Amino acid sequence: MKFSEQWLRELVQPAIDTQGLADQLSLAGLEVDEIESVAKEFSGVVVGEVLSAEQHPDADKLRLCQVSDGNDTFQVVCGAPNARAGIKTAFATVGAVLPGNFKIKKAKLRGVESMGMLCAEDELGLSDDHGGIMELPADAPVGQCIRDYLNLEDMIIDVDLTPNRGDCLGMVGMAREVGVLNKVAVAEIDCSAVASTIDETVSIELDAPAACPRYLGRVIRGIDINAQTPRWMVERLERSGVRSIDPVVDVTNYVLLELGQPMHAFDLNKIDGGIRVRMAEQGEALTLLDGSEIELNSDTLVIADHNKAIAMAGIMGGGNSEVSEESKDILLECAYFDPIAIAGRARNYGLHTDASHRYERGVDWQLQARAIERATALLVDIVGGEVGPVIQAVSEANLPKPVALELRHQRVTDMLALEIPASEIEEILTRLGLQLRANGDGSWMVAVPSYRFDISIEVDLIEEIARVYGYNNLPSNTPRAELPLPSIKESKLTASTLRRHLVSRGYQEAITYSFIEAGLAKQFDDQNEAVALANPISAEMAVMRTTIWPGLSKAVAYNQARQQSRVRLFEIGQCFIANGDELEQENSLAGIISGNRSPESWMGKSDKVDFFDIKGDLESLLSLGGDASQFNLVADTHHALHPGQSARIEKAGVTVGWVGAMHPSLQKSLDLTGPVYLFEIKLSALLEGRLPRFASLSKFPESRRDLAMVIGADVSFDSVRSIAQSEAGEFLKEVILFDVYTGQGIEDGQKSLALGLTWQHPSRTLNEEEINASVQSVVEKLTSDLGAVLRD
Amino acid sequence: MENLDALLAEGKAAAEAASDVKTLDEVRVQYLGKKGHLTQLLKGLGKLSNEERPAAGARINLAKEALSEALNARKSMLESAALEAKLAAEKVDVTLPGRQPELGGLHPVTKTMDRIEAFFSRIGYSVEEGPEIEDDYHNFEALNIPSHHPARAMHDTFYFDAHRLLRTHTSPVQVRTMEEQKPPIRIICPGRVYRCDYDQTHSPMFHQVEGLIIDKNISFADLKGTLEQFLREFFEEDVRVRFRPSYFPFTEPSIEVDIDRGDGKWLEVLGCGMVHPKVLEMSGIDSEEYTGFAFGMGVERFAMLRYGVDDLRLFFENDLRFLSQFN
Repeated sequence: MKFSEQWLRELVQPAIDTQGLADQLSLAGLEVDEIESVAKEFSGVVVGEVLSAEQHPDADKLRLCQVSDGNDTFQVVCGAPNARAGIKTAFATVGAVLPGNFKIKKAKLRGVESMGMLCAEDELGLSDDHGGIMELPADAPVGQCIRDYLNLEDMIIDVDLTPNRGDCLGMVGMAREVGVLNKVAVAEIDCSAVASTIDETVSIELDAPAACPRYLGRVIRGIDINAQTPRWMVERLERSGVRSIDPVVDVTNYVLLELGQPMHAFDLNKIDGGIRVRMAEQGEALTLLDGSEIELNSDTLVIADHNKAIAMAGIMGGGNSEVSEESKDILLECAYFDPIAIAGRARNYGLHTDASHRYERGVDWQLQARAIERATALLVDIVGGEVGPVIQAVSEANLPKPVALELRHQRVTDMLALEIPASEIEEILTRLGLQLRANGDGSWMVAVPSYRFDISIEVDLIEEIARVYGYNNLPSNTPRAELPLPSIKESKLTASTLRRHLVSRGYQEAITYSFIEAGLAKQFDDQNEAVALANPISAEMAVMRTTIWPGLSKAVAYNQARQQSRVRLFEIGQCFIANGDELEQENSLAGIISGNRSPESWMGKSDKVDFFDIKGDLESLLSLGGDASQFNLVADTHHALHPGQSARIEKAGVTVGWVGAMHPSLQKSLDLTGPVYLFEIKLSALLEGRLPRFASLSKFPESRRDLAMVIGADVSFDSVRSIAQSEAGEFLKEVILFDVYTGQGIEDGQKSLALGLTWQHPSRTLNEEEINASVQSVVEKLTSDLGAVLRD
Repeated sequence: MENLDALLAEGKAAAEAASDVKTLDEVRVQYLGKKGHLTQLLKGLGKLSNEERPAAGARINLAKEALSEALNARKSMLESAALEAKLAAEKVDVTLPGRQPELGGLHPVTKTMDRIEAFFSRIGYSVEEGPEIEDDYHNFEALNIPSHHPARAMHDTFYFDAHRLLRTHTSPVQVRTMEEQKPPIRIICPGRVYRCDYDQTHSPMFHQVEGLIIDKNISFADLKGTLEQFLREFFEEDVRVRFRPSYFPFTEPSIEVDIDRGDGKWLEVLGCGMVHPKVLEMSGIDSEEYTGFAFGMGVERFAMLRYGVDDLRLFFENDLRFLSQFN
């Protein structure tokens, strides 16, 4: 809501300057966005009259004007095409200072003396118009300071109103607030009835009384549409950001700005039969005032005549009933629409108008009768005409009901932790236009005026008291509460622990968008259909990720493109998987690495990372909970991963994630310099750890035997280990792998493994024979099941 | 015996001359070994008379001791010299970089969220999370924002269909908590939120931390006190704090909070208010018995103010040169 400060001060006169007023409004919840001068600083410019204009002897485009400032006549050289004898214009005299500290001096232009300058609007900072010098009305008093003549000593205040304060979308409401805050009186707008001079009416039918419970109309015949809107009104409109169009539109707009009541005028002769306020038919066509052709939905309320829709109710009038230069007779409209019937409709058609803005927020349901009188009086003053009686169609049952609320003084005190005296509460609310009746038990019954439709429960009243009292004048405390101990599960890990662990392993945390490009999503996940947004911001942000990998991979590409070749990133965030009608959204933890294993260093060259780097990082995460044995990595293939370097992560037999090398063709299509390794695991799988359980320490020595064997290259270490574990007897403590070798001395298709087995008995020393027997059974089983051959 | 003194002097000179422990040991053997010069002299005592023998023996033993002492002294001198030489040889340039896996770091948004959480978790707020794809009810209806409400226009919402959307704030987590828990409730809800808005100062995805306290006798003063303290502690500065009436459908009264960090400019940093009675009632909490306040803040905004970041978009580009500045 933008308005002229002068206009406001005509209605209410607080003893406070502009900035003070703005601060006061902001701190009362009417946030002032901007204060702007109507005109930039300038001086020495008066209303001048061009007495004569002749061609410059040496310049085609310049004219020599004789200009009067009321006392003297000056010769001024002017280049504007409209500089001509008889017009009145803005005359910057010698010594004038124009915006930008531009000083006007005596000058010679192509050899001819010029004593000042005739100004275009842009040269005075009034607008961007540089189409020619200003042309002032013929009655402009020559010699008057132009700032006074144009009433430029004014500020435009722009208030960003919250949606609940529709009552301040009119000057009257704004003035009321200022009056309350400064405890000063506010002027009333004269809305007295204009006597009718003709009897003519039109029929008005409310076919949708819930959406439109009140509709007022009035015929005015014989107007002069070409009359001039008075300058004061044009000024106020313009300073509120509304363009002057013709007197009829200007007056309806003026009443909208003044009282907050949207109004409309139809050309009476374009209405067939009478007015019907009804819901649109699905697909019904309507051309709006702005020329746009709309296909209406059946949820939209329209004003119609007996043949066609002539306006979109509360939003915009139709072109087919528009007041034009030929209009003589009009029908004024002033209605109350239920906010719910209007809300969202304008948006659905891509519209937003001053009227819809107000109707959506709510318009005072008792304002229509006064507003139509006000508009009539203003209009008749300008355009004349014969005035018919006010025609009112109303559905009382559908009008809002007056609101009366109980307000308890104790509740105010409890809520604000301050006892505000009853007299002060009464004063605040009364000034706001509420009527209080003390109940005698520390409470009041409060009648809420119809313009404060935002006040519907007791706490709304408390807010009003607090707001006017001043939030910053209310006390501050520290809350007091009971102090129960929280429950803390020792076996549970937090995401924070996992984050810090990865950080200590050199990973940088990333945050990538949860929505990604649909094609990219498919490249990583061919199993799940990504959930698509109905209104994405762009194709790059169109579907919800099913895995974090696409985002992280893009981040690696981004960094590689910026000379960062060694990249280690991780991210924790939700992934979204549609499962029929169900939607799974679960936190995942994913990591990606690329480039060298260690940063470049004086200690030697670093190799590129490989599968076992990412696997090591993953295993360290799996061990954080104290029990890595619940996890199992199973060789398996994944759409996005290298088929020979990928594994499924299982926890208790259920897949919880994947680890592997990015598939080379995917890597290529993403323009990544490889190799790139990835892991991703459901966060929940990592958060359940184990509570440590003590086992007594053996006092007896350990025995170790090393086994070196040659075995098929395809035989997995897992199968070797599980044989060792199952065959080595119950006192086997540990199996370690300390060498894997292929190459010289080992046949193609074979590999050499070296295992270290350690035994320990809890209560005695194991003897040689026992150990040898265990070794023997391990070797036999490895030979029989896996074809292993023991090396010397 | 005349040559005892000479022998001792000679032995001492030999010890002095030995340049390493091995040579010194040879000197020891040469003089004090089984066949050493001084040992031989002792063996020669038998030739002396009984009267001469004790005195001569004593003299030889003294000489032996003296030589032994000289040898030991020389030995420890040589050993310490050898140690010093070894230490000198082992000297490293301690200014060379150490061997370490390079450290990574947390995202500034995480650091900021952690910091915000830390203040509140210490006074008994628990951390709650919820789904990012929400339903209309939890994101809007249950927060007193019915479908026709103009406040919906304030939330440029991403939709999937008529009912599902990307949450526009973390308030639905508050609703879900209120549905499940009985007061007193003290929670912090951090997480990603989404608004259909993208320019220099708006990101379609950003992070919020919201807080909620519901108990008996929670007042507007408690809200003010809590947030004033939080803002001062978060910025570790004596910031000026200003409370401005505002409007959110789910709180009444509603407040926007501005801070002034010393330059006289008020910056809006968070929104808050007393929980609207309708919101409490919709979640099954008696609004006569219980009151509460809620607040919400944009994490990126706090991170920008705290670390001096001047471009919101940097947070989601994941440029290592940006991220590593917060390590």
